[in-house]
Amino acid sequence: MTTTTLTLAKALNEGMRKAMEEDPKVLIMGEDVGRLGGVFRVTDGLQKDFGEDRVIDTPLAESGIIGTAIGLALRGYRPVCEIQFDGFVFPAADQIITQLAKMHMRSLGLVRLPVVVRIPCGGGIGAVEHHSESPEAYFTHTAGLRVVACSNPADAYSMIQQAIACDDPVIFFEPKRRYWDKAPVDRAADPLPFDRAQVALAGTDVTVLAYGPMVKTCLEASGATDRSLEVIDLRSLNPLDLPVVVDSVRRTGRCVVVHEAPVFSGYGAELAARITEACFYHLEAPVLRVGGYSTPYPPSRLEDHYLPDLDRVLDAVDRSMEF
Amino acid sequence: MTLDTAQPELIQLLTPEGERIDRPDYPLDLTPDEIRDLYRDLVNVRRIDLEAVALTRQGELGIWASLLGQEAAQIGSGRALRPSDMVFPTYREHGVAWCRQVEPIKLLGLFRGVNHSGWDPAEHGFHLYTIVIGSQTLHATGYAMGIQRDGSDDATIAYFGDGATSQGDVNEAFVWASVFNTPIVFFCQNNQWAISEPLEKQSRIPLYKRAQGFGFPGLRVDGNDVFACLAVTRKALADARSGQGPTLIEAFTYRMGAHTTTDDPTRYRLDGELEAWKLKDPIERVKAYLVKNQLAGADFFADVEAQAKQIGSDLRKACLELPDPPPQAMFEHVYATEHSLITAEQSAFADYLSSFADEGVS
Repeated sequence: MTTTTLTLAKALNEGMRKAMEEDPKVLIMGEDVGRLGGVFRVTDGLQKDFGEDRVIDTPLAESGIIGTAIGLALRGYRPVCEIQFDGFVFPAADQIITQLAKMHMRSLGLVRLPVVVRIPCGGGIGAVEHHSESPEAYFTHTAGLRVVACSNPADAYSMIQQAIACDDPVIFFEPKRRYWDKAPVDRAADPLPFDRAQVALAGTDVTVLAYGPMVKTCLEASGATDRSLEVIDLRSLNPLDLPVVVDSVRRTGRCVVVHEAPVFSGYGAELAARITEACFYHLEAPVLRVGGYSTPYPPSRLEDHYLPDLDRVLDAVDRSMEF
Repeated sequence: MTLDTAQPELIQLLTPEGERIDRPDYPLDLTPDEIRDLYRDLVNVRRIDLEAVALTRQGELGIWASLLGQEAAQIGSGRALRPSDMVFPTYREHGVAWCRQVEPIKLLGLFRGVNHSGWDPAEHGFHLYTIVIGSQTLHATGYAMGIQRDGSDDATIAYFGDGATSQGDVNEAFVWASVFNTPIVFFCQNNQWAISEPLEKQSRIPLYKRAQGFGFPGLRVDGNDVFACLAVTRKALADARSGQGPTLIEAFTYRMGAHTTTDDPTRYRLDGELEAWKLKDPIERVKAYLVKNQLAGADFFADVEAQAKQIGSDLRKACLELPDPPPQAMFEHVYATEHSLITAEQSAFADYLSSFADEGVS
């Protein structure tokens, strides 16, 4: 049997394990990733099996994690860095944006930096501040980075391996509130390239675009309405697999974009603009966006009001249909 | 402002007057040829620098960060390295680049604006220039972690300035290097000024003393003494190779020129300071040593000058011949692997450019 049911966290763990078995240059590094196995246990057991030289408990300094990962990559290693929580990536922003993203171009293609930056992202777990952010737009706006987001265990298993094998730096968003969701993972499956979008649910009335934690929300919304939703899991945010999106919107004529990050200047704005340009004469309604408000992420007792949920997705679907 | 280099902690092997001082803890046995070669290096890199400043004044370069006054720190440390070691420079390490056999013209691309870097870091063991202050110290530390994992006895050296010691990244690099005991030398050229800010704006203690708090040795060397810089860097590299971890070297020197060609140091420092440091010139003291010890005569010095002049004129000629890159070049190498957005934008840009094709005909 090559198919087993895994949690998303375990699927990531197994994907990294496989990558480490296949390539001795693959390293894991981050805060608490070793003996503890990470605060979400995503790297559980890896240090025990691969040793402290390959699964490195780092000092508590995010810029240091990315900066030294760049150095290791220059020496021929393939570091997989864990940023413990989304809100902790900002101390590493300079190393990611100024150094990691640009070095291949600056070196005229002579230097490759196959570094993966894993970031547990999003809210919904009742956490304190800085533990529930969705910083993807900062990184999709940075040339030189690939930005992907997995939404389910099967993709987590394949996409983390593809990210590690990629010769470009990859920002890898993991939906932390879905870490414990279980689904079958077929280890022998031939995976879709990780820069491709996937139609998660075929439909005819409205195209719903989502990634990461919101894919499940949108699939649940589909089950709660008589309308036929086509849910697309974008998977890759940079590059964007635009043809899959355009094909769908030209059929449905309607599109709703859903993400946890604030709507204003969010990734959905890019989607809306590109869809409008590519599908102008097919649209029956403007592209509508559902997402966080233009506030800092609220205290967790309020997060259910901030985060898009099934009702807000369906409200947007209704508005699109009634436009 | 400290002008007194006669400090007890300062490691010096050659006085400004050209007198050799023996330090049993930093033995240095150079042949006359080796000393003459060091002198030649110093003169050559000063000449490269002079030419680049002139090219900037004439509008051929957009900007230049002069190494004037820091030749000994760079040549001394640079000549201590083996080919397989890895250097992580700032944007002012033209002298170290010379030691790593990077052709001088390749340094100019960045400053002329035709590229962001022009050499192969792996080929020369000399990484790209780094402009954001201090970032490269972490790259050097990570690279050194890779050396450890490879079981190699190579070492890395990270260059940075006094201003960089205030950066978080430099302090994080110190922490990392210390706890992982990495084979790295932190080579800080304290040239006394971070653009207009004197050292007092960065530190209340001598910079080399910072190392103690991180748990590894720190020392201050006369940065205008090429012998001492060579000796202390050799020792620090040997320690790194033999598993004794990092060393912080504070090369006490002086930026005799402006921060860059866009800077005007007359707005923030006194002429007397520069005059005092001119008496400690890194090149003159080697010349004095060579003359006093009858290791070189007029013919040698004339030959050195002629070679430097030739290097300068070759550099000028090569600079003027540097072509502007074709417009399409900006899309190249953004990613190492196929990226649909870049491909689409590059194609659209090509179409846009070709839409003007007919205009030249009329």
